[in-house]
Amino acid sequence: MDIITEDYSIKYDTETSTIHWQGIMRLNGKEYNPIAELLNEIAALEPSQITLNLQKLEGLNSSGITMLGKFIFKLAKKKTIGLLIQCSKKITWQQKSVKNFQRLMPKLQIEWD
Amino acid sequence: MKQIFGEYAEETVKSKEFLKIGFTPNSTQLQQRWRNNGLSADFLADYLTTFFPIDDNEPSTLQRATELKGAVSYIANELLENSMKFHNPNDDYPITLEVKLYNEHLVLCVTNSISPANLLKFQSIIHDLEHIEPQELYVRQIKQASKNDGNSSGLGLLTIIDDYEAKIGWKFETIQTQKPTEQTLVTTMVQLSI
Repeated sequence: MDIITEDYSIKYDTETSTIHWQGIMRLNGKEYNPIAELLNEIAALEPSQITLNLQKLEGLNSSGITMLGKFIFKLAKKKTIGLLIQCSKKITWQQKSVKNFQRLMPKLQIEWD
Repeated sequence: MKQIFGEYAEETVKSKEFLKIGFTPNSTQLQQRWRNNGLSADFLADYLTTFFPIDDNEPSTLQRATELKGAVSYIANELLENSMKFHNPNDDYPITLEVKLYNEHLVLCVTNSISPANLLKFQSIIHDLEHIEPQELYVRQIKQASKNDGNSSGLGLLTIIDDYEAKIGWKFETIQTQKPTEQTLVTTMVQLSI
């Protein structure tokens, strides 16, 4: 359950239910669909908690933020899976935009490195 | 005809440091030109760091430079992606991206042509940005994107305003082209404190 390209990678660690993100993602709208599908497949496994580790995701455009936002909103409605986002203060987009995800899921936990 | 929305400021004091790039999107394949947005945005951001030297004895200078580089790269990329989405595919008017540096702020401007259908769509996005509270608009856009099964939500401009605390404005102007029809151009201007 991994997606690996020249510019970015998304790897799922089943033991810790952690999705590790790396690289720069500035895809064009629909190009995010395979990633959204991967996220849905992971949610379908019904872990009690999912961790999104974004600490190596250096760049993400607003379409990518929307893709993550949609997933978080879906989990918030589902109510059975907790969510932890691990971020880095050194990465500007995370510093600026990650906090907004709590508007979609008030119980979302955010951890900074 | 000229119309202004938001915080659009015509240049009264000339910038002494600026960089302008231009390209015609119809001349390359979509995927390639999309990738070009990121490259252009990073180039502008890298270029600007020259003006914000890092002092090894002063960690705050590194933090400031890193944050500014990240902000310019994000904002420039969003402006370019928007210009690609809204430009008029039936003409070969170039898209331009310009950064201007002033004492206390910098300005990023993107100009592109826009078709009549896209013009209405774009002005309706501007209307929402000007009249709906940002937190409410954010949640609304994500919910809307969930319903439409898309990843485009108009979130780019909202994040520029709300997350990066930038001022934003637009100028729409109609110009005469060589063709019998008129062409509308839109300039999106972002002002960021430094």
